[in-house]
Amino acid sequence: MNRMRWRNVKAQFKEQKTGIIALIILTIFIIGAVFAFLSPYDPNKLVPTDRLLPPSATHWFGTDDYGRDYFARALYGGRVSLSVGFLAMAIAVVVGTAVGAISGYFGGFIDNLLMRMVDVLMSIPSFFLMLILNAYLKPSIPTIIIIIGLLSWMSIARIVRAETLSVKEREYVMYARVSGQSTLRIITKHIVPSILPTIIVSASINIASAILMESSLSFLGLGVQQPNSSWGSMLNNAQGFIGEAPYMAIFPGLFILLTVLSFNFLGDVFRVAFEPKVNRR
Amino acid sequence: MKKNILRRVLQSIPLLWFISVVSFALIKLAPGDPVNSFVTPNMSAEDVERIRHSLGLDQPVIMQYFIWLKNVLQGNFGYSLTNHRPVLELILERLPATIGLMGSALFLSLIIAIPLSIIAASRKNKLLDRGIGMISYIGISIPSFWFGIMLIYIFAVKLHWLPSMGMRTIGVDSFWDIVKHGILPCAVLTFINVSMYSRYIRSQAISQLEEDYVQIQYAYGATKRSVLWRHVLKNVLLPIITILGMSFADLIAGAFITETVFSWPGMGSLGISSVFGLDYPVIMGITMFSSFMLVIGNLVADILYSVVDPRIKTMR
Repeated sequence: MNRMRWRNVKAQFKEQKTGIIALIILTIFIIGAVFAFLSPYDPNKLVPTDRLLPPSATHWFGTDDYGRDYFARALYGGRVSLSVGFLAMAIAVVVGTAVGAISGYFGGFIDNLLMRMVDVLMSIPSFFLMLILNAYLKPSIPTIIIIIGLLSWMSIARIVRAETLSVKEREYVMYARVSGQSTLRIITKHIVPSILPTIIVSASINIASAILMESSLSFLGLGVQQPNSSWGSMLNNAQGFIGEAPYMAIFPGLFILLTVLSFNFLGDVFRVAFEPKVNRR
Repeated sequence: MKKNILRRVLQSIPLLWFISVVSFALIKLAPGDPVNSFVTPNMSAEDVERIRHSLGLDQPVIMQYFIWLKNVLQGNFGYSLTNHRPVLELILERLPATIGLMGSALFLSLIIAIPLSIIAASRKNKLLDRGIGMISYIGISIPSFWFGIMLIYIFAVKLHWLPSMGMRTIGVDSFWDIVKHGILPCAVLTFINVSMYSRYIRSQAISQLEEDYVQIQYAYGATKRSVLWRHVLKNVLLPIITILGMSFADLIAGAFITETVFSWPGMGSLGISSVFGLDYPVIMGITMFSSFMLVIGNLVADILYSVVDPRIKTMR
């Protein structure tokens, strides 16, 4: 990642207004999640007399079926949703990059073996597999992160492998090899840095899909469990009150949509900025 | 050509085998002893052992796998733990509802996505193109279950135009009734598919519009309309086969969630309820079945592509 590329990213942000909007939305959500404790309401405090109050000046997003302040719950829910998405992405990127780089660099038997493994994992509907594993292992936030991370690295591995194949033929990699550097060093010091732009693009798209997966799992009741909540699990609860309290469904869903949309926009900005000739369409 | 197809078919055999190993592992990894679902309180220890023996569970895992594989190959996927019916029968019973929903959503998606994205490509970066682009971005980012809930809220709860769940009204047996139940789930799937496809078709159409033949057509005096709908359309149809193959996995995942939101009695909602009931044989059956569909879908897309575009075979 040299200075030139960062300049491209900056220029691209100036050009694509959606990129700036995405950054602003994400910043607001992240600040909201980090400083959730500043909210005057306790997200888990039950107030039976305040059941299902519609949004008002005191309760911005109303209250839920237990009288809990929905705005406070949305802030804490965002904390879970965002951190699950981010950590699952981190696992997927590390595994995907490692598998892809090793596969592409060594080639031959190792490449064949690893890529067939990727084929197999990609030909099982991974969402169903996540559901099954979540049902087997007691669902908790760490298991959800690990399961989503370990079942969504495959497309990153494929992209990284393809890039590695072309990078490893470059002169500087050959020079590093001839000068006797260890394989591990070549991969970590020369190959991975030069494909970092691709990895960043995949990462921002991956975090978007990780957040979507977590919310789907939690919505079905096989993700984040009480007393914790994420935007997805809030929707699970809201479905039952759709007639009397539609705001309970509207807010968390809107937040998921805005977050995922923002990460997809960011991915697009990076994609065009790193490969301006190919991707400016 | 034939050799190519044969090679692709042979390549997918190890894949199918691996899938069978994973599915088998899913049963073996399941918490709890599978014998328990057959045990009643007044059975003696010998009875339990006899059941274990009759189920083949006293044999080594490798042997169990081969016995299981032999059964699967003969179409015997085992029996559901909850209602003791054959798994294959349960799946086949639910399959028409899923295929009906998926098929009509897929058909609608293509009918909408192809013209829409060709129009968008022909007005690249104009207001219409940007509008379509924005909507398709929303489509790939929206949680499908939330979109479903919102549609239920608007069209079923508020307007009372459409039913919110199930496939039939009890006591009514007409095709129109099924269509009415299917509109909302179909709309959810279609919107998401159109968003996914149109982004891809649009960029294909744009690269087609940059080809020399388009310039030649214009030079011959062809109108924009005839270039778009006679020439670009034809060349864009080809790569669509590939995205159909690729999007198969998303289609299946979408079925699981959308069917659950709308209580559509298909394979997806059967899968979700089997996960909740820890009904291992059904879970395994659905995993195998949907993976098979995925592998075969990709295989058919690949073969179809090389049939439609014979240049492919020289490239591989």
